[in-house]
Amino acid sequence: MSASILQVRDLHVEFNGVKAADGVSLDINEGEFLAVIGPNGSGKTTLLNLCTGYVRPKSGSIHLDGRAITGLTPRAITRRGVARAFQIPQLFSDQSVLDNMMLALAAKDGLWTMVRPLAEPARREEATALLDLVGLRDDKNRVSRTLPEGHRKLLDIAVALALKPRLLLLDEPTSGVSTLERFSLMEALMSALRTRNITALFVEHDMDVVARYANRVLVWNAGTVMAQGHPDEVFKDERVLKNVVGVA
Amino acid sequence: MRAILLIVAILAIVAAPMAAPWLQFVLTMAVAKGLAALGVAVLLRAGMISIGHAMFVAASAYGVAFLARAGIADFGLLLVLSVVITGLAGAVVGAFLIRYRAIFFAMLNLAVSMVFYALFAKLYGVTGGTDGMTIPVPTVFGIVLSEPTFKAVLFYGSVALMVVVGLAVHRYLDSPLGHALSAVHTNEVRLEYLGVPVWAVLLVAYVVSAVLAGLGGAIAGFAIGRVVPDFAFWTASGHLVLVAVLGGIGGVPGAFIGAFFLELLHTEAAAFTDAWNLIVGAALIGVIMFLPKGLYGLLTRSEVSAK
Repeated sequence: MSASILQVRDLHVEFNGVKAADGVSLDINEGEFLAVIGPNGSGKTTLLNLCTGYVRPKSGSIHLDGRAITGLTPRAITRRGVARAFQIPQLFSDQSVLDNMMLALAAKDGLWTMVRPLAEPARREEATALLDLVGLRDDKNRVSRTLPEGHRKLLDIAVALALKPRLLLLDEPTSGVSTLERFSLMEALMSALRTRNITALFVEHDMDVVARYANRVLVWNAGTVMAQGHPDEVFKDERVLKNVVGVA
Repeated sequence: MRAILLIVAILAIVAAPMAAPWLQFVLTMAVAKGLAALGVAVLLRAGMISIGHAMFVAASAYGVAFLARAGIADFGLLLVLSVVITGLAGAVVGAFLIRYRAIFFAMLNLAVSMVFYALFAKLYGVTGGTDGMTIPVPTVFGIVLSEPTFKAVLFYGSVALMVVVGLAVHRYLDSPLGHALSAVHTNEVRLEYLGVPVWAVLLVAYVVSAVLAGLGGAIAGFAIGRVVPDFAFWTASGHLVLVAVLGGIGGVPGAFIGAFFLELLHTEAAAFTDAWNLIVGAALIGVIMFLPKGLYGLLTRSEVSAK
């Protein structure tokens, strides 16, 4: 079994009395592509917010590679190797696709080179290679706000990949993407993850996507982990079928 | 094409006082205001409007006056020291103000600048109150110059400084740090999730903008030979925003184009009517309505249409 890179232990968080995490413990293992599924409002995005420091837990701990990251800021956690792609893509909308990528690469290398331009040849080449990897090479000179939603999602993911993360957290990577584009987006994502050897957790509502791509599924319901395991096993669990998939 | 136009414009500025000597003072003041407006334009890149940057113009000019009073007579040393002092003031003020955004940032800058104004105006025993302080003609590399000669040196030195500082600021804005500054305007959340310390990006920008305003203030102080509290008054800060917007914030030359346009328009309009503000106002309305990217947008637009 692969080593655990993220350890969440006995996490509690609530908003106005509603428990978004109620004593949750979980591990994410090296090389895994872990899917988190659950009803709307069950706290899935809160899990990502907790792991990236956007929300602080009431109690409990989160460790990345054995080092505590509980309560750190999003910036500090990012610098420790956790990158995030958002449900609504978070891009620099007035800047070109290439500039979005190069800024992410520069952020990874350190911004404090005031003398060298952002678009230095090595960085431009690396950004183009990444865009190639996710299939956005032809869009590189477009202003990012003009991209179709599927491409905006891919760019958001590519920006996160540019940080060379240890762990990538994706919030509904296929939401808002047409059925036709959904699987090509996932193929591009999986190819990038495999090529770069990145562990990932993704929150997803599309069960076909989960069944096809996840190594393991974690079912989140009312702030607790209702079930977890291989997709084949989890999708046979009657509680999951009744409460989450809605087909029991 | 744009580069050629800018070189021709700089050569025209350098040559203008030879044809019309009265232009020397006007153009020196235009360079000073252009530098200060460039400082405001740097912050505008991040979507942050400062209605208080005249405080740094005044701080630098008063810095020159105090240093001269303390016995420092060299032009270069006075310029460097006053700008360093202004940069430090920018770091202190900026450390507090960069936490705020939008109207809060604008109004807090205004508030702090009015504190500066009040101090300059009320500390009569130290600053001379509303009478201000005299800035004597300094020596240049140890050489004592007559006032007309110094003013000529100041003009050509200012133009050279405008070119050098303009290139340096262009480099800064084109660097990752400069792009991060623009990104603050569009998506601060993503910047944090790239691991970028937004506060540091903004603090660097604030200090750069204060230094630019300081350079403008020192040059204006030398050109006028006196500094008064009105240098820090809120209308002076508003004027800098006006220059920056008029010129356009799409590139470094915008602030200078705005400053030269406004100074020359003001001078010409004031020559034949007391209602020169009306003419300046009409020109501004025209630019805002028809040139949303400012006067500099004309250059970039002609370049785009030429492609």
